[in-house]
Amino acid sequence: MRKNGFARRALIETLHTVQSSFGYLDDDSIRFVAMSLRVPLSQAYGVATFYHYFTMKPPGKHTVTVCAGTACYIKGADKLIAAAEKRLGIAQGQTTADGQISLMTARCVGACSRAPVALCDGEVVGEMTRDQVLEQLERWIVE
Amino acid sequence: MTIEELELIAKNVKQENDKYDYEVNVCMDLACASQGAGALKDALVKAAETSEKKVLVRRTGCMGPCSHGPLVRLDPDETLYHHVHAESAEAIVKNLGEAPVPELQCDLNEHFDKQVRVVLENAGYIDPEKIDDYIARDGYKALLTMLVEMTPNGVVHRITESGLRGRGGGGYPTGLKWSTVAKANGDVKYVVCNGDEGDPGAFMDRSVMEGDPHRVIEGMAIAGYAVGASKGFIYVRAEYPVAVSRLTTALREARRHGLLGNNIANTPFNFDVEIRLGAGAFVCGEETALIASIEGRRGTPKPRPPYPAASGLWGKPTLINNVETFANIAPIMRNGGKWFFNMGSERSKGTKVFALTGKIANTGLVEVPMGIKLREIIEEIGGGVPGGHKFKAVQTGGPSGGCIPEEMLDVGVSYDALLKMGSIMGSGGMIVMDDTSCMVNVARYFIEFCMTESCGKCIPCRAGTAQMFTLLTRICNGTGTLDDLALLEDLCSTVKETSLCGLGQTAPNPVLSTLKYFRDEYMEHILHKRCPAGVCQMEAVNSATSIEVMA
Repeated sequence: MRKNGFARRALIETLHTVQSSFGYLDDDSIRFVAMSLRVPLSQAYGVATFYHYFTMKPPGKHTVTVCAGTACYIKGADKLIAAAEKRLGIAQGQTTADGQISLMTARCVGACSRAPVALCDGEVVGEMTRDQVLEQLERWIVE
Repeated sequence: MTIEELELIAKNVKQENDKYDYEVNVCMDLACASQGAGALKDALVKAAETSEKKVLVRRTGCMGPCSHGPLVRLDPDETLYHHVHAESAEAIVKNLGEAPVPELQCDLNEHFDKQVRVVLENAGYIDPEKIDDYIARDGYKALLTMLVEMTPNGVVHRITESGLRGRGGGGYPTGLKWSTVAKANGDVKYVVCNGDEGDPGAFMDRSVMEGDPHRVIEGMAIAGYAVGASKGFIYVRAEYPVAVSRLTTALREARRHGLLGNNIANTPFNFDVEIRLGAGAFVCGEETALIASIEGRRGTPKPRPPYPAASGLWGKPTLINNVETFANIAPIMRNGGKWFFNMGSERSKGTKVFALTGKIANTGLVEVPMGIKLREIIEEIGGGVPGGHKFKAVQTGGPSGGCIPEEMLDVGVSYDALLKMGSIMGSGGMIVMDDTSCMVNVARYFIEFCMTESCGKCIPCRAGTAQMFTLLTRICNGTGTLDDLALLEDLCSTVKETSLCGLGQTAPNPVLSTLKYFRDEYMEHILHKRCPAGVCQMEAVNSATSIEVMA
């Protein structure tokens, strides 16, 4: 916040910093940011919920993000998501009960030429197959 | 920094490079990096150190044919290697100056021959984190020359003369936009670069920002001079962390060299650029929503007019252009408006970068002159549909565009021709589909996208896309009726005509274009409860088949 001179317009930048430090935004942090930047709490909460990139739930220890952009979809990303959902017993956007794995989807990470793409803990893996996804999940589950 | 100092840097870089006999350029763009280009570069550096030859190993931005990655290009003889892995590093260095390593050699002449590179002219030739590399390839020359020799009006005139149209998708004449902002009243004006590449399936702007960030900055500075702005913003998606870091480095370097900041080239012109992060909202590509987002608010669009050119960021006149538009500015200033005007088709000038993806052999980035036939892009540059499948459609313009069938492939690419076919130019995503894709399912996918991305401000878009999604889901699972289809068509025109911003107005395009060209697939779903491509799972099938499907 200091870097941006406590400017109100830096709300989104500030929330980005909070999320990258803590992994997610909770009520306390949004309250704190709103107070420090002197923006209405409604605006801070509105911004945090409007943008997909901000999450208000703590992420799991590992995250697999399957790209659901058009190129990935055409090449069968929906099947990867379905397989992962079935294996983990959760729907996309959720985290397993033990907090181990989060299953997320993204609107295009820009690696369309290698579709279908998944991010395993932030690392881009291209030309993913169903078996590769399941293998990765197994490795994380036993951990 | 003056033009003489700039030339001195360029000279020094050339001298430095002349010390080496060979250059090995490694593509480190996302696609190649995800296939091990990082390890490859380390191995090449190591091999070069132990070799007696004088070899320069350079990291570069995207070279284009991503499906052949990791890619390596050797200079001066321009040999291209594909599918290179760290183990081959020694062989590559050993064979420099002799015959190329045969098993790595990549023959993509047909792929490259039809391309014309303006925006991507430096891609694969410079290290994106080194400003000197950019300067050595005539970077910032246009900016400094123009500051000394031209008036702002002269710059606007040259851009108008070039016939450049907005590369974000709408195709609004850039010169006209610039002159509107230049004429607008006000001491404070802003220049905004729209790098919110939300269109899924497109990554041209990411490649430009990551591979050649200074080109965008130079374009913005020239725009700043032309319209009388001293502050610029680049709005980048948070999903592109590499682009953000490359731009941050580039801005720092440019400031250090006095190419941004106060009194650039000892003239009274001041200009600086700030980066603003998006946060994953497709609607923020719409200019009024983007302005709201830069101001730190929810990205909801406003009715126009007033246009941003009159009242934009904080109510000031604001020039908003796309990354690729700004990337075209420096070459136009260097080579003249006529040069650009002579490329392309009658009403669409210059070149266009496309991200060629989907069911096609050579996926990656291509830059082609406007007016080229779609068939040439797909069959000759793209290498056609692999795996013995049959081409069905090509989708352009993302969720706002449409699907173009085989019989229309001989039309030349231009803003007007694509619009006439029920699609749009869009930002440049080009997704090829073969006979394993169901067009109804694809339409449903795009409507789902628009439904979740609708900001919720106006009702036609918020409620209309949700209803369209329900109807398409019904058709997809075999419970749709002909009445549903009639309702869908009715809804399409309502949403198209009454939505507030571009997102809603173009949301029905994927449905309308598939209905126009692939109506038989819709009918097959409704009348015979059958999906010709075998993608949709029907509910209304008899129990024996449904057990089979579940097993």
